[in-house]
Amino acid sequence: MTTTAVKKDGPAAVTPTPAVADHVRNYIARVRGGDLGSLPAVIGLVVLCVVFAIVRPVFISAANFANLFTQGAAVTVIAMGLIFVLLLGEIDLSAGFASGVCAAILANVVSVLGYPWYVAVLAALATGVVIGLTLGFLVAKVGIPSFVVTLAGFLAFQGVVLLLMKEGTNISIGDDVIVGIENGRVPPAVGWLLAAVAILGYAAAQLLRHRNRAARGLVTDPVAVVGARIAGVALLIGFAVYVLNQERSINTLISSNKGMPVVVPIIAVLLVFWTFVLNRTAYGRHLYAVGGNAEAARRAGINVDRIKISAFVICSGMAAIGGIIAASKDRSVDPNTGGSNVLLYAVGAAVIGGTSLFGGKGRMINAVLGGAVVAVIINGMGLLDLSSGLKYIFTGAVLMLAAGVDALSRRRSAATGTR
Amino acid sequence: MSATPLLELRGIDKSFGPVQVLRDVAFSAHPGEVTALVGDNGAGKSTLVKCISGIYPTDAGEVLFDGRPVTIHNPRDAAGLGIEVVYQDLALCDNLDIVQNMFLGREKRSGVVLDEPTMEQLAAETLAGLSVRTVKSLRQHVSSLSGGQRQTVAIAKAVLWNSKLVILDEPTAALGVAQTAQVLELVRRLADKGLAVVLISHNMNDVFAVSDRIAALYLGQMVAQVKTTEITHSQVVELITAGRSGNLGLGAGSGNGSEPADATPGALR
Repeated sequence: MTTTAVKKDGPAAVTPTPAVADHVRNYIARVRGGDLGSLPAVIGLVVLCVVFAIVRPVFISAANFANLFTQGAAVTVIAMGLIFVLLLGEIDLSAGFASGVCAAILANVVSVLGYPWYVAVLAALATGVVIGLTLGFLVAKVGIPSFVVTLAGFLAFQGVVLLLMKEGTNISIGDDVIVGIENGRVPPAVGWLLAAVAILGYAAAQLLRHRNRAARGLVTDPVAVVGARIAGVALLIGFAVYVLNQERSINTLISSNKGMPVVVPIIAVLLVFWTFVLNRTAYGRHLYAVGGNAEAARRAGINVDRIKISAFVICSGMAAIGGIIAASKDRSVDPNTGGSNVLLYAVGAAVIGGTSLFGGKGRMINAVLGGAVVAVIINGMGLLDLSSGLKYIFTGAVLMLAAGVDALSRRRSAATGTR
Repeated sequence: MSATPLLELRGIDKSFGPVQVLRDVAFSAHPGEVTALVGDNGAGKSTLVKCISGIYPTDAGEVLFDGRPVTIHNPRDAAGLGIEVVYQDLALCDNLDIVQNMFLGREKRSGVVLDEPTMEQLAAETLAGLSVRTVKSLRQHVSSLSGGQRQTVAIAKAVLWNSKLVILDEPTAALGVAQTAQVLELVRRLADKGLAVVLISHNMNDVFAVSDRIAALYLGQMVAQVKTTEITHSQVVELITAGRSGNLGLGAGSGNGSEPADATPGALR
């Protein structure tokens, strides 16, 4: 049938490489069609930073910039794990206290029992995996809605943390390696080296992909766009490393404080690794498929139950890493580690970043962008000396705004036929 | 048309508990032909398709594929033989693009990494081979496609795997006029490429527009399988609703209706 909807271009394989203008136009069309991606998070981040910088100039100091990373790290990592569960259209309300349980195990193993740090870290990760297996089994095999399973987990894990903490005492952590995650710094030279490796790696991946596709006669992004993308990433990484390498100590005679916090490269590695898993492996593809249409995935021969269980395992495993980071930041673990609003901040980070609560849509970078927004809000409002009542209200409003943007963009994409 | 059918069913019985859904059904599909499978709701069309595709086991009867007797225990066996079913509800993932959908569950990879360029190339070749020119980009999400385009993708997905027999379950049920024509043309092209196509449809216009043979099921019995050119519109409707029409169908010929295929003019054997 060639009379109804023929496009002049013909099939994609012979379409010439679109020009930069087309690329920009396509992007605008996508955004107007409701495919916002991380755009709201980026805009929100810029607006919040500008506002806080005007009201409290100390917000843009090098020291505060470093604080943003250490304050947002745990929430960002938990949000990364949550994205796997959210992609399936499920939810994990227990991720916060799961991170608390793992942190409590860590503290007990390293401080009370006196094992080396790597044993403690492995124990914490194993705890996370066991929690994830249990939750995933109950959701996928028994068929209890994830909301209920993880709500039960939320309550139960809170109790487990209390028991592990002997009813409310806190356990301090003296281990240098674990404390160093949040409090240690990468020497500036090493920081630049890591930045160079990251930028070159990104550029190589982009250019290889471009050449590979061009060689096969497939549609490629214009060279200018690829170049702009590489330049943008290089600029962003370079700027961050430059600022983090500034001296933050008030009196350098007493102590020097420069270089990026150790947790920054850890998050970068997690981001690259999970992005690779989601975008470049069959497992990641199947995860999106189950989130988009579980029945279609089942008919395509994908083991839906296994995908679900694995998502909960990754979520709880990442929560364990988040717990380790939180323990490192506070240099101790108490019954409230992973409690109060850690979970809500993490879900908020994922949703603010652009992950859909309805499943099938989301990327790893969402967690980092959303985590940055959450960190900026917490940090900025701390600088403003607002009452905690106002802080809660403001954070709640931002989360509601993000969920509203998600719902509205969904409706818009349903109306325009694009996603 | 070739002498041996690609798929031949003989004496298929299928019961669900006390309810006998298929009774001594004979059916054949020939390479290069579109065989329309018609019948009223509950006549057993879907059950027959599920028996062919390995979702249901049959109670009795034999299945011959390319002249060899085979047993199909599960959908994987069917896929191994080259049988692909395009279901009514399409089974596409809205949040994935065309290439991703076409290779879902059977992704090409090099090592652990997905081999996207190869998949995109194969998808483009398959669509070009079907003379599909209506999709703008292979990387657009399926959610942005029209009903006809989605059906096209689902059919292209089925033929991507060098399948020999493609079964289409009401492919035009939800489509408009132009899109229906588009899909029917694609169905015709599949047969012209040498595939055996089974088309399940309620729409007599579609059936007569595209099919070479018509097989009519009535209350679980195959009442006629005839060439489309040898039967009229109203005869098919009678076969569907009453199980017989003139010298066709139940009680015609040998009189007991147990081997209806033998009683039909232009029959298979």
